[in-house]
Amino acid sequence: MLNLFVNNWHSFLTGFGWTILSSIVALILSLIIGSLFAIMEVMPNKALRIIGNIYVEIFRNIPLLVITMFFYLVIPLYFVKINGFTAGTIGLTIYTSAFIAETVRSGINSVDIGQMEASRAMGMTYGQAMRYIVLPQAFKLVIPPLGNQFVNLVKNSSVLAFVAGFDLMYQGNAIASQTFDTVNTYLVVGLFYLIITLPISYYMQHLERKLA
Amino acid sequence: MKKFKYLAILIMSLLLAVVTVGCGSKPLSQQDVLQNAKDANTLTWGVKADTKLMGLIDVNDGQPKGFEIDMAKALTKKILGKNGKAKFVTVTSQSRIPLLKNGNIDAIMATMTINAERKKAIDFSDSYFDAGQAILVKDGSPVKKVQDLNNKTVIGVVGSNSVQNVKKYAPKAKVLQLQDYAQALVALKSGQGDALTTDNVILGGMAVENPGYRVQGKAFTTEPYGIGVNKGQPHLRKALNKAIKEVEADGTYNKLIKKWFGDVPGFNYREVLR
Amino acid sequence: MQNWIDAYSAVNLKFLLQGLWVTVEISIISVIFSMIFGSILGIIRYSKFPYLSEIVGLIIDIIRNLPLLLIIFFVYFGLPAFGFKPDTIPAAILAMTVFESMMIAEIIRSGIQAVDIGQMEASRAMGMHYGQAMWHIVLPQAYKKMIPALVSQLISLIKDTSLATIIVVPELMQHAQVIYGQNANYIVPMYLALAILYFIVCYALSLISKVIDRRMA
Repeated sequence: MLNLFVNNWHSFLTGFGWTILSSIVALILSLIIGSLFAIMEVMPNKALRIIGNIYVEIFRNIPLLVITMFFYLVIPLYFVKINGFTAGTIGLTIYTSAFIAETVRSGINSVDIGQMEASRAMGMTYGQAMRYIVLPQAFKLVIPPLGNQFVNLVKNSSVLAFVAGFDLMYQGNAIASQTFDTVNTYLVVGLFYLIITLPISYYMQHLERKLA
Repeated sequence: MKKFKYLAILIMSLLLAVVTVGCGSKPLSQQDVLQNAKDANTLTWGVKADTKLMGLIDVNDGQPKGFEIDMAKALTKKILGKNGKAKFVTVTSQSRIPLLKNGNIDAIMATMTINAERKKAIDFSDSYFDAGQAILVKDGSPVKKVQDLNNKTVIGVVGSNSVQNVKKYAPKAKVLQLQDYAQALVALKSGQGDALTTDNVILGGMAVENPGYRVQGKAFTTEPYGIGVNKGQPHLRKALNKAIKEVEADGTYNKLIKKWFGDVPGFNYREVLR
Repeated sequence: MQNWIDAYSAVNLKFLLQGLWVTVEISIISVIFSMIFGSILGIIRYSKFPYLSEIVGLIIDIIRNLPLLLIIFFVYFGLPAFGFKPDTIPAAILAMTVFESMMIAEIIRSGIQAVDIGQMEASRAMGMHYGQAMWHIVLPQAYKKMIPALVSQLISLIKDTSLATIIVVPELMQHAQVIYGQNANYIVPMYLALAILYFIVCYALSLISKVIDRRMA
């Protein structure tokens, strides 16, 4: 296993880098998009609520692979050329944002409704009350589930392998099919994923225990 | 407390036992795959599911169809007798060698070129088909020959040797490896790359179905396809070689070539008759 | 337009539905097995048996934090080294079961933890032993609380079966790829069909879970 890593360390590290990059970009974007849709879902305006709902339900119920392949193969056919890494990251963002929206929404809902009413009574606008009173509390509540979403996001980034996105899994496939040493290659790939996911996942368990 | 310690030790030793037993079953290198196949009256072949004319899943019945499938059936009959059964496992370029080494399949007949790199891992039969690598491009593409691919993006498939070959002719080519030929072709159409490279006969099949795309220039390598078998299986390899000769001698081979490649544009089937 | 009509020909639709059936089959079998194994592992982990719970906990954490795609590769390419050579569908079922068992074990553990500790103590005080208290008092409440999490895990499982296309399992995704592999003009109709079919199955499940949830509340 060590030998295999020494001979191919460059590919493994390149893949590791692309995996991290894709995960972080997708995390930031899906946090923003997910929060926006979560807020839409709790707005007093019915049309916005419905739009938010449709977005969340559609993308939570379609496999990530289908979304990603769609962006890689279909969008360039009719609209604009996007490469595998970008297509994969867009797919990850859209898919994850639906889950984050759901998480944040339940966070907002669990903030006492009285808080919103009190803030409005004090003369804040809906937006202000949301921004300064409700959201900060909601985010604190949903940090552990959001952390778990991030772990899922990192694991899910392996779909980039399907669209030649240069990530860890893609490099692993290429190395395995050149060295014919499948098991060891995927063991190394697995270790790299664990380097990212295990610490986050343990930290979130720790946070959960502290909050409980 | 002590009780649990014993429990833990018990479970650990159980786990160990499972692992040892697993390893204890006779390793493949000490078995005679040919004898096993004769005992079961079945040869298990790894074949392609996504390659037109060679091995492609038929939507009507879910079974693979193509030249290699027919060849495998004919060879099975020569080796095991009239009632011998050919079982097919669909493989990808990526999965075929691991599956062979693991013993899921007895032999690979999946557009695999005989080359030195693979010979380190597995053995090959004599060649049963002579392909050559070429490129598929959109009509009017500036890519006229493989050397034009420098600084361009070329699409291949994970686990095939075509991408390495291109690097020899066009060292600056960028390479994208997709999961199978179906994805690769759609990716080419989507503009993810400037050319798709693999063996001319596979590309010929794609060109038939996709007007506006053509096999560009002549084949720039020769790719003799061989049947992959595990190392340490001389009996099976000899039986396969003998069967290939018999199939060629009795005219079955040429009949199958004509059946599958008789009217592929840009591909002269007479050149591969034997 | 002609493309769309040809793409949705009777033969192709039948082929797609055959794929959907394999997807459903894999999902159902895996979910049954992983509920059983997941529950056992979750209880072991919660119960704090010395060594055993820690070992199980470590295994759960490691597998839970790996991509499913990797587990599929391990099962299909790695297990045969131990003398076990699954076909593609059993390999997919095994991989899904291993992965989902660990996810479910974690849900079960946190579900049990969420049941008031006083309940366990009260049952024990009434003379039940640990197993009885777990089986009759704690678990029924825990499962009730876990239904939404379990259903969303089941939905993930159904969606995740699409990854098995990488080892050529004849499921829905693979069958769609075969169809558009034969004629690239079918790609858009095929992706639309994929989206609709997965959506129907998964959304129906989430609606059912909402109904159950409301009834129980």
